[in-house]
Amino acid sequence: MPAALVANVLVSGLLAGLVYGLMALGLSVIFGVVRVVNFAHGEMTVLAMYAAFVLFKAFGLDPLVSLLPVAALLFVAGYVLQARLINPFVTRPEHEQFILLAGVALIIVNALLMIFGPDAQHVDLPYAYDSLALGPLLIDKVRLYAALAAVAVALALFVFFRRSRIGTAIRASADNLVGAAVVGLDFKRLFALTFGIGAACAGVAGTLMILLDDATPALAPDFTLLSFTIVIVGGLGSMAGALLGGVLIGVSEALAGLLIAPSMKSMVSFALLVLVLVVRPQGLMGGKR
Amino acid sequence: MIRALRAALLPRVQWLAALLLVFLLLAPWLVDRYTLSILILVLYFAYLGQAWNVMMGFAGLLSIGHALYVGLGAYVSAGLFVHFGVPALLGLVPGMLAASLAGAAIGWLGLRFRIGGVYFALLTIAFAEFARIGFDHIDWLGASGGLFLPVTGGGGFDLWRLSGGIALYYYVSLALAAGAFVLCAALLRSRLGYYWLAIREDEAAAQALGIDVFRCRMAAVVVSAAMTAAGGTFIAFYNNNLFPESTFAIGRSIDIILGPIVGGLGTLVGPVLGAFVLTPLGEVLLGVTQAAGLDLPGLELVMHGLLLVIIIRALPGGVWPALRRRLGFLPGAGGGAR
Repeated sequence: MPAALVANVLVSGLLAGLVYGLMALGLSVIFGVVRVVNFAHGEMTVLAMYAAFVLFKAFGLDPLVSLLPVAALLFVAGYVLQARLINPFVTRPEHEQFILLAGVALIIVNALLMIFGPDAQHVDLPYAYDSLALGPLLIDKVRLYAALAAVAVALALFVFFRRSRIGTAIRASADNLVGAAVVGLDFKRLFALTFGIGAACAGVAGTLMILLDDATPALAPDFTLLSFTIVIVGGLGSMAGALLGGVLIGVSEALAGLLIAPSMKSMVSFALLVLVLVVRPQGLMGGKR
Repeated sequence: MIRALRAALLPRVQWLAALLLVFLLLAPWLVDRYTLSILILVLYFAYLGQAWNVMMGFAGLLSIGHALYVGLGAYVSAGLFVHFGVPALLGLVPGMLAASLAGAAIGWLGLRFRIGGVYFALLTIAFAEFARIGFDHIDWLGASGGLFLPVTGGGGFDLWRLSGGIALYYYVSLALAAGAFVLCAALLRSRLGYYWLAIREDEAAAQALGIDVFRCRMAAVVVSAAMTAAGGTFIAFYNNNLFPESTFAIGRSIDIILGPIVGGLGTLVGPVLGAFVLTPLGEVLLGVTQAAGLDLPGLELVMHGLLLVIIIRALPGGVWPALRRRLGFLPGAGGGAR
């Protein structure tokens, strides 16, 4: 197999992996703080894909521009969801949280099915087929832009959690909820903010995803599983781990698609998931669970 | 076993249950073909819900990958029938064995490596997805093009081959649902059943009392997987076709868990009640939207989603425990599990 082909596939997997990583980052942030597993994460991502699609059809907005309104929309949706629905569940047993969000997931994905139908919807961009030549590498422009945007948003989040007062407060309530409550932090509001931020990650990732793939409701459960796989491989609750996991899954799926069969590529991720669960359950970058 | 059944049904509902049983026994003479086909689905989901409940409701292990066991039972028995003419009731055994082995493997991985809670649920999903993609590539079982069972043509009552008219399938589904109810009632009153409840309520305390948590939970996984596989054999010979995409999809696993959750997790009546509420509700919704000239393929599942959210918020224990209290029944001897 020519080395140039392998290198091209590797780069393409890496770039897609960064977008997957941003999606998973949202799931990881939510779990790390609220301690609730967002089983509707892929559904939110697909919701964002459709939002970007609608904005493109209605106003001709380039997805790279509609990032902001879609992220804002998903932030509000996530905030309200946590404040109204999930907050009373944070102390309930895990399976009840799981069922609640599975219900939310069913509602989102089937509402999309009712509105848009099962057919794939896509966005026609003038530069959709342009690519950059870098020696033997041919890099799709959309993929490159999507990956750069994903990295930029992830970096902004890192800075937000490290430097801002609210970010610090959120980290405090993640580290020690009782302590945070004692010093007067309104953790319910912080939880809602966190869920909003996690949903906004899914929003940005979904908007970028429509540059890479057509939107169908059927993608949603796959994205949920993909996010889970990535955060478990990377380490639930670790922000860097989510990006690393995304890249790892993106590259290994791309390679499996090339070397085995494209239809079998997700088997590689599931194999990786089982391996990590057994050998290093806290994930590659996770601390103690 | 009859005693267990009687004790499980509370005295004041006994006559109601008896009436229902008579109706169910005579249903092929009382209702039309369409209603009968819905009753088959209701009983099928009551059966699968009962099987799933053994793992989640009794032993506290959340599985969201039960489509795997349905699919294994279905594919093994259907494959043996298509290729070697093995009759359904004989093919049932290797199907259940295959599912038990898969269940044992997943259970072993999860329990030995202490993969708990949500992580365990993800492990079960991962294996079902693994199977979905894997079976797409098994040519012997029709791969992604689907496996089709030769249709022998209407009528008849060949139990051995599970081939005949709709009445045959109806009685088989009734026998499955009733059998699972009796089996679960007996399991709950057995030593193992008490161990399961003890582990579900407090794992550390159960272990301290000398209960072998690993073996008890493995038993729950294997029993649940084997029971579920029998449902798979049934549905394979009832529908006469199998596709990996629809058999192993995560939506199928969620269909299975809806009934017991809505009806009442860990109760015997819950899975039956849940199936009797959810399946006809879906049919009614379909009928209403079609009558209104609308084609809304997602509506039923949106309603299921809403129902899940409402039930888990308002009645996290499910409908049956609340209904039982409302009607003024006290749990019979043997505790609140019923």
